[in-house]
Amino acid sequence: MFEMLLIEGLAIGACYGLFGVAVAIIYKTSDVVNFAQGEMGMMSTFVAYHIMTAYGWPFYIAFPATLIFAILLGMAIEFCFLRPAKEPTVLGLLILTLGAEMLLMGLAGWKWGAEQKDFPFLLSVHKTVEIFPGFALNEWTIGVFVLTTVVMVLLFLFFRYSKLGIAMRATQQNENAAKIMGIKVERVFSITWGMSSLIGALAAMFFAARSVLDPNFMMEPFMRAFAAAVLGGLTSIPGVVIGGLILGIIENFFGYAWPEWKPIVAFVVIILIITVRPSGLFSKHYVKKV
Amino acid sequence: MLSVKNIETWYDLIRALHGISFEIKQGDIVALLGSNGAGKTTTLKTIMRLLEDDQPEKGTIEFMGKRIDRMDTEEIVRLGISYVPEGREVFPELTVMENIQMGAYTRKDRQGIKDDIEGILKQFPILSERRNQQAGHLSGGEQQMLAIGRALMSRPKLLMLDEPSLGLSPLLTKEIFAIIQRINQEGVTILLVEQNVNMALKYSHYAFLMENGRIVRADKPEVLREDDDVKEFYLGIATETSAKGYKRYRRKVRFR
Ligand SMILES: Nc1ncnc2c1ncn2[C@@H]1O[C@H](COP(=O)(O)OP(=O)(O)OP(=O)(O)O)[C@@H](O)[C@H]1O
Ligand SMILES: [Mg+2]
Repeated sequence: MFEMLLIEGLAIGACYGLFGVAVAIIYKTSDVVNFAQGEMGMMSTFVAYHIMTAYGWPFYIAFPATLIFAILLGMAIEFCFLRPAKEPTVLGLLILTLGAEMLLMGLAGWKWGAEQKDFPFLLSVHKTVEIFPGFALNEWTIGVFVLTTVVMVLLFLFFRYSKLGIAMRATQQNENAAKIMGIKVERVFSITWGMSSLIGALAAMFFAARSVLDPNFMMEPFMRAFAAAVLGGLTSIPGVVIGGLILGIIENFFGYAWPEWKPIVAFVVIILIITVRPSGLFSKHYVKKV
Repeated sequence: MLSVKNIETWYDLIRALHGISFEIKQGDIVALLGSNGAGKTTTLKTIMRLLEDDQPEKGTIEFMGKRIDRMDTEEIVRLGISYVPEGREVFPELTVMENIQMGAYTRKDRQGIKDDIEGILKQFPILSERRNQQAGHLSGGEQQMLAIGRALMSRPKLLMLDEPSLGLSPLLTKEIFAIIQRINQEGVTILLVEQNVNMALKYSHYAFLMENGRIVRADKPEVLREDDDVKEFYLGIATETSAKGYKRYRRKVRFR
């Protein structure tokens, strides 16, 4: 039992972590928590759903098409909502992302309705695979672990070794200096939002496969992922994933013991972190300033 | 090489540059001098197009025969102007090496970049020692070296430096000026903003004096050095005292 709770907690935690990474990438570059992140993922998942059910195309076409849609959606939201804002305040940016959230939710409700749907996903929670004798995991769990690992490794390599990745970090740290280097910072913002939306869409599809698909389905996962990101410090990508894993485990054990209190665990964690260590558990910036 | 004509720059409703004009000849070290708030930084930022998109409000800037006053910063860098901003502005959480690489962002020639990095590390041994350290952990002087090294990586034809000696010890200031001179001798034209008027006049071929958003003197350093106003207000050599013993108020300046 203990093992099962642990693994399940880790898997759902990895999913929070992955979605938290999407939040963190935008936070690092645009200095704002993107409250539309959940709905961006929701929208992309609906597109996948639509391609598969309305057009009847198979998953292996719907999946890449959805990822491309997600990238374009992220870029479009940055272009339409954030870019026009001149010298915005943090509060102003926040309101803009909330506006984008409302818009996306309204759109999805209008197009696909509010009733809950099953999301046909390649990996099922109910089919298990025996990894080695006596140890079986469901497909969904394996998928989450593989995906999270792959995304983390790719992000690490990208930000450490590629010219664009380093330029993105440079822009996060000092936008003006980045301009002086000849970096097109507007393009960096665009790419950041596309990348974040892509990662968010991947995680959202996993969430949908586990629960149901409706215009509100990403609200709770977003709040949890946000909690995970705050826990991890919002700026360190591995920190955010570890934050997600910790949150997933806490939540799963807590939910097993007191099921009716499970939904509030994430908020308790946010409040605790904000009071005890506002910069998160793994933030480097904080240490430097001491 | 660089020709600035009648530039007017505004910060919202405040006019910071009141129509300034000057020219820089290829191969020179040109000093732009003036007291705090004179508009020196604003001038450099206007040239780099780092201010609002609609600035400069009036006037033209030409670089090597091309109008650049409506170009994007990134294009201006590509044309061959490099800028070392006031206060260094290194990327604090990138390593020294990554900072230097970012200087070559606009370039595509891998081998050339590699060679140039070698050259920079040789020219600034301290950077070579610290190459894998975060730039934010360097001392002020080391950061200044890094900012200059980084700016050279784009192979500029014109290098603009904003108060490179700010906060440095006299010894390090001397070293920075020697470096600037060496860069110049390798063929890079230099526009230097300085508070250290003495040093700037020593190393430059030509100098402009700014006051309240206007250029009030433009001459060879030998001439400016002998100018009474410059002597009194910038070099701190008192020439006259009033009957009461107070410092005389600044003599009226000629506007160009
Ligand atoms: N962002 C800004 N908004 C409004 N006014 C500004 C802004 N930046 C500069 N100014 C004003 O423009 C004028 C020129 O400033 P600038 O920074 O160019 O001076 P400077 O000659 O570089 O001075 P210093 O030697 O102190 O660096 C000053 O009066 C300053 O108050
Ligand atoms: Mg200045």
